[in-house]
Amino acid sequence: MAFLRCRDVHKDYSVGTETVRALDGVTVSIDRSEFVSVMGPSGSGKSTFMNLIGCLDRPTSGSIELDNESVSDLTSEDLAGVRNRKIGFVFQQFNLLGRTSALDNVALPLLYAGVDRPERTSRAGEALERVGLGDRTRHLPSQLSGGQQQRVAIARALVNSPAMLLADEPTGALDTATGQEIMTLFQTLNEAGLTVMVVTHEAEVANYARRILRFRDGVITSDTLDEARHVAV
Amino acid sequence: MSLFELIRVAFDALRVNLLRSFLTMLGIVIGVAAVIAMVTVGAGAQAEVDRQIQSLGSNILMVRSGSRFFGGARTAAGSTESLTVDDSRALKAEIPEIVAAGSSNRGSGQVVVGNQNWSTTLYGVDADYLIARNWEIAQGREFEPAEFRNGAKVALLGNTVVEELFGAGNVVGQAIRIKNVPFTVVGALKAKGQSFGPWDQDDTIMVPFKTAEGRLLGRNQHRTGSVRDIYVSVGDPRMMDYVEEEIAEVLRQRHRIGPNQQDTFSIRNMTEMVETRAEASQVFNMLLAAVASVSLVVGGIGIMNIMLVSVTERTREIGLRMAVGAKERDIMFQFLVEAVTLCLLGGLIGIVVALTITVGVAEIAGWPVLVQWPIVFIAIAFSGAIGIFFGFYPARKAAAKDPIEALRSE
Repeated sequence: MAFLRCRDVHKDYSVGTETVRALDGVTVSIDRSEFVSVMGPSGSGKSTFMNLIGCLDRPTSGSIELDNESVSDLTSEDLAGVRNRKIGFVFQQFNLLGRTSALDNVALPLLYAGVDRPERTSRAGEALERVGLGDRTRHLPSQLSGGQQQRVAIARALVNSPAMLLADEPTGALDTATGQEIMTLFQTLNEAGLTVMVVTHEAEVANYARRILRFRDGVITSDTLDEARHVAV
Repeated sequence: MSLFELIRVAFDALRVNLLRSFLTMLGIVIGVAAVIAMVTVGAGAQAEVDRQIQSLGSNILMVRSGSRFFGGARTAAGSTESLTVDDSRALKAEIPEIVAAGSSNRGSGQVVVGNQNWSTTLYGVDADYLIARNWEIAQGREFEPAEFRNGAKVALLGNTVVEELFGAGNVVGQAIRIKNVPFTVVGALKAKGQSFGPWDQDDTIMVPFKTAEGRLLGRNQHRTGSVRDIYVSVGDPRMMDYVEEEIAEVLRQRHRIGPNQQDTFSIRNMTEMVETRAEASQVFNMLLAAVASVSLVVGGIGIMNIMLVSVTERTREIGLRMAVGAKERDIMFQFLVEAVTLCLLGGLIGIVVALTITVGVAEIAGWPVLVQWPIVFIAIAFSGAIGIFFGFYPARKAAAKDPIEALRSE
């Protein structure tokens, strides 16, 4: 069953008087519990694609269905709700709040979900356990290594039990070994049933995924499936 | 998100930049402190003026010998002793609204007790004087009618004189020498405190009018019974103007002043004088409070400035919050609550500062501390309103940010 369905999605940006066509007719569907990599050079439209999938933006035309819900013409307030409930973001620069403990960072999405404080604390603690940082709850981001900070960010993405994890260059700010650890963590989470989408321009990173989408000039140029890495659900 | 959660988030944000938060608040602190201090000190001063009016005696008219023409040259007010003790009695007898009409003569002289001496103001007073001027007895007694009649050598001491000559303790029955004349102290007067004006009302000795005339001050204008001024106390404050006219009429008759002739006396409404002064200082205080409230507005602009900087600085944080599900409304309220919290905290600190200043000033000036609670609450409400007003624009700016752009910013 398709979890994500994009039909003929276009996205235009106006820069000054010119109109830039960032996405030029993208049609793709992704099933539940898939692990997908999105590759392409800068300017290929992969970031725009991720922003649309992540409900941070709306397409100019075409439709996007997420978990059987059309998100292509929701208000920005409704989009915020969808992001909160269904999507977990992981960024290249971690985007943790400084001078805020790991636990409070992880609990942030729950704050906007209207969860009360005791439950926030316990669920954030569980999420940190899942990424192997159960003993670092009181640490500030500045007291953690890059890899640990990214794990905190992943815990934050997981805390609201989202349907999909969206990672934008998650290893970009990490050394190779730490990057591999993070990708292995994604694999483990995927094996547990989570849909994962990683945007990257590194082939080694992309190869952790079973399915690779390649973007160029606003369209998908290849969609390959590696059965060998297929994870049975 | 509940208001409580919002306030928590705001406090966390303010704690991150403690020094900046404090400096931002300072404008509001100073504004609120200035407004409250002005109003409270003003109220204390007003209360002090009220007390002075009380110490003057209630509803007092002062009749003083006026200037007179001597062949074209006008002499200064009070230089001609046209008023007499008889005038004083006549006023009380002929105008029923007058409660007391007390007349006095004044001079200065040295008092000696044992090896102590003190120079003070001597008053020769009549029986009504203490009533009219609202003097009360602290110890001993007032003069008796016989003492007024006979010109007895008895004296009442003002509080300052008691302290200077005797320190403390019972002074009744003590023997003193005023201008080398032996007197017996029959009582002491209750302290009135500092009067308006520079002189100390308590630095005084009173003796019966006849005694003063005969032994201490001599006769004025070589005319027996001549007095310097008459204090008239009126029972009903609404009758002041009427009594003033009546006094003028009675005195013009008694002194045979024709309709086209100048009065030889002047009548002044003491209460009115002090009240006028109080009104002037009240206006001045309101002016200062208005200036102080301008500094509140300036403080508000400071808050807006820092909030704008803060929004720009925290663009990424805003982007992240939006990405994890914060609605525009959530972001807006977060920054609005932050601004209001800054202002309210500033307001509270301002109140503490103001009360400290007020207590200090009251201590130094010897005024009562009269905290004007309505103003305190208005100041808090006003600083909250400033937070909303000046926090609104930055908060709107934060909420209007595009999450994608915000996440990408440095």
